[in-house]
Amino acid sequence: MQKFAVLLDSLTTTPSRNGKLALLVEYFRSAPDPDRGYALAALTDGLFPRLPLRRAIGELMTGRIDPVLYQMSRDYVGDTAETVSLLWPEDRHSRRPSPGLSEVVSAFEMVPGNAVAPVLGDFLDRLDVRGRWALLKLIGGAPRVGVSARLARTALAHMSGHDLADIEEIWHAIKPPYTGLFAWLEQRGPKPDAAGKPVFRPLMLAHPIEEGDWANLSPSDIVAEWKWDGVRVQIAAGGGEVRIFSRSGDDISVSFPEIVAAFQPYDAVLDGELLVVRDGAVAPFNDLQQRLNRKTVTPKMLRGYPAFVRLYDILIDDGEDVRALTFDERRMRLEAWHRRHRPALTDVSAIVSFEDFKALDELWSGSREAGIEGLMLKRRSSPYLSGRPKGHWWKWKRAALTVDCVLMYAQRGSGKRSSYYSDYTFGVWREIASEDGEVVREVVPVGKAYSGFTDEELLLLDKFVRNHTLEQFGPVRAVEQTLVLEIAFDAVFPSTRHKSGLAMRFPRVHRIRWDKPADEADTLDSVQRLVVATDTVEKADQPAQGDLLELPQR
Amino acid sequence: MGAAGVDKWLYPTDRGLYCEPGDFFIDPSRAVDRAIITHGHSDHARSGHGAVLATPETVEIMKVRMGPECAGAFDAVLTGETRSVGGVSVRLAPAGHILGAAQVVLEWKGQRAVVSGDYKRAADPTCAPFELVPCDVFVTEATFALPVFRHEPAETEVGRLLASIARQPERAHLVGAYGLGKTQRVIKLARDSGYDAPIYLHGALVELCALYQRLGVDLGDLRPATTEKHGDFAGALVLCPPSSTDDRWSRRFPDPVTAFASGWMRIKGRIRQSGVELPLVISDHADWPELLDTIVETGAEDVWVTHGRDDALVYQLGQMGRKARALSLVGFEDEDE
Repeated sequence: MQKFAVLLDSLTTTPSRNGKLALLVEYFRSAPDPDRGYALAALTDGLFPRLPLRRAIGELMTGRIDPVLYQMSRDYVGDTAETVSLLWPEDRHSRRPSPGLSEVVSAFEMVPGNAVAPVLGDFLDRLDVRGRWALLKLIGGAPRVGVSARLARTALAHMSGHDLADIEEIWHAIKPPYTGLFAWLEQRGPKPDAAGKPVFRPLMLAHPIEEGDWANLSPSDIVAEWKWDGVRVQIAAGGGEVRIFSRSGDDISVSFPEIVAAFQPYDAVLDGELLVVRDGAVAPFNDLQQRLNRKTVTPKMLRGYPAFVRLYDILIDDGEDVRALTFDERRMRLEAWHRRHRPALTDVSAIVSFEDFKALDELWSGSREAGIEGLMLKRRSSPYLSGRPKGHWWKWKRAALTVDCVLMYAQRGSGKRSSYYSDYTFGVWREIASEDGEVVREVVPVGKAYSGFTDEELLLLDKFVRNHTLEQFGPVRAVEQTLVLEIAFDAVFPSTRHKSGLAMRFPRVHRIRWDKPADEADTLDSVQRLVVATDTVEKADQPAQGDLLELPQR
Repeated sequence: MGAAGVDKWLYPTDRGLYCEPGDFFIDPSRAVDRAIITHGHSDHARSGHGAVLATPETVEIMKVRMGPECAGAFDAVLTGETRSVGGVSVRLAPAGHILGAAQVVLEWKGQRAVVSGDYKRAADPTCAPFELVPCDVFVTEATFALPVFRHEPAETEVGRLLASIARQPERAHLVGAYGLGKTQRVIKLARDSGYDAPIYLHGALVELCALYQRLGVDLGDLRPATTEKHGDFAGALVLCPPSSTDDRWSRRFPDPVTAFASGWMRIKGRIRQSGVELPLVISDHADWPELLDTIVETGAEDVWVTHGRDDALVYQLGQMGRKARALSLVGFEDEDE
């Protein structure tokens, strides 16, 4: 526990991904079984079921610390778990050994909800301040230390030399404390068996298409599909169980119960795009975001943001692994599978037909609907390969939108960028009538960007910020509104969160317009014209299907 | 005699704590005719006083920081020596805070008041240890007066710093530390743990480190961090003022590990604010248990709290059945600790 606590503590202050990876690898190499397995669980899927922590802390602090001092401390520290870990009375002469992570886990598995306090109190007595903090964070849910489940699995790949894909493939078939997994990683045991369980097969990913690629492509070898702007998922169904995996292998099933229900009867693994679809029309990505990362889903969410899966590919067809077949063969399998079972809340992604690349270019340039990010090009003869193999699939994102914005605020970056003002808030002109009826112009913020520029440009931007600062609030500086940034973004949506009423998707600095007077930057009106309306999107090139939105039978 | 009536001859004013029969102020916030200065930190030692009484080390520190003319006259008094100022007996006793830091022990008509200045009880190889002086009134600081503050042993924290340097020999370690006291303590602790490589200093720290060396605190091989070429700092230990770890100055170092040596680093919110990678809980002030223990051990009947979290300390002393009050003196800062 103490070792794990030091790991968590170090992770919270290590900004870089590589630094975090090094800490994780070091921990997984040196910590004993089964502790490291429980640590892995804590960093990935969470360790404990919800315990009545608030009540237990209330019981424990009564009699240990004066309530007035507790409140003063809590107000100062700002976090209950941290306050308790700092305040806990410490007996520096105590010789009782600190508990291992596995001892903690087994104790809390056994304990009834109303008896958490004494067990917790005994552990807190045996830990130091870092250990107490880590324990309380563990019990309170996933510790927020900036480590994704995928980063933790990447550390396993680093420590063992195995492919991340191999680890992700078996991940959902294995359980804490993962002793079999570590035995395999350390070449002491066989690869854990994933057969018969709905496990993740790492997805096949595309490369961005580059100018040089076209010369090696012939229209007859290539299939085009729309690139839908949702969340790429894999649906694995078998033995009555259904899992929805994100691209990185995270299990997101719990947020989409209606999709789980729709696939419940089948024995198949499919690749598709998770979308919110209303009356056959794909809603903007923003709508889908309302459904992501939710532990519980209300009926209102289900009605307001109906989920849907547009299928791209099939990996397992009624129990048969078809990944080695060509795209054309799999496509026939996918269509046949879909005709045979007709699962609710799904359709099959349409093939976009084209004569030659010139015609395709026109289709590509013309695609401005919500929900479409561009085109996917897939080689007809390619098998389904994990990872990002070269020469099989390409993504052809439609050109970004750009607007000329005025730099308003700059904030210090973090980690390597902590000495640079590298996060930029920018705005566009809005005209408003002043009190005496005159029209005045002001800049209203429309977004924030921290990428798109080169290192040399960053130096120049940093210098501009320092030399044109009007006011400083902590790490943020308000600057003279004189510099125009050409901002590129994928889409813009209405938003109640910003003063401008707009929110951009993927904004980045496209060019720094040192030459352009700020007066000539774009206006809010012109940006509003780029908003894709949610309700008026046409159903783009999809085959009509009568049962498209039939609700699943439960 | 007890504490009753001490506030007739020693009381707070808008210029600071004033001793009426001696006609002097202690750590006044503005220029006065006669001042006793507990230690050299800028919120306690200001320039422009007519006459200053302080330890010889504090006098030297004031001259280095503010110039030899920063006071009309200096009276350097060794700790343990007793002076009579207007009939008030004045003695300076080590406070354990930084080099030269002293408590002011005042006696007048059989009553004794001790003004602590800033102090700590933990060992510090750069200054004399705190001397406990029994008294009727104890005037205490309260910088870290919340029960969440229990400082780690500074040796352990410096051990973490040295381990990090050993683990990442390709990176420079940039330690933000207050220039007077903290910087020298970190260096000395590193030396005492066997770190004998040159230690590099930001320009703002050079003079005070040189003064410490002159006053007999051996800090080993110190070099300015400004003269080296870019890239020469891999694996180096560099000290700088806290505000410099993320300033443009820091760009000369290869992928530095930033650290901050401060008692505030016990609190995660403060760590986040500081943005450093390696927080080191090293404080030159008493933590909560030290404050309470010290107050009890002085046997003081009445406790006056000068600056810091006076609300929590006054409340706790009340719970312990002691008389305590906040003086609410202006002009003291705790942010840079």
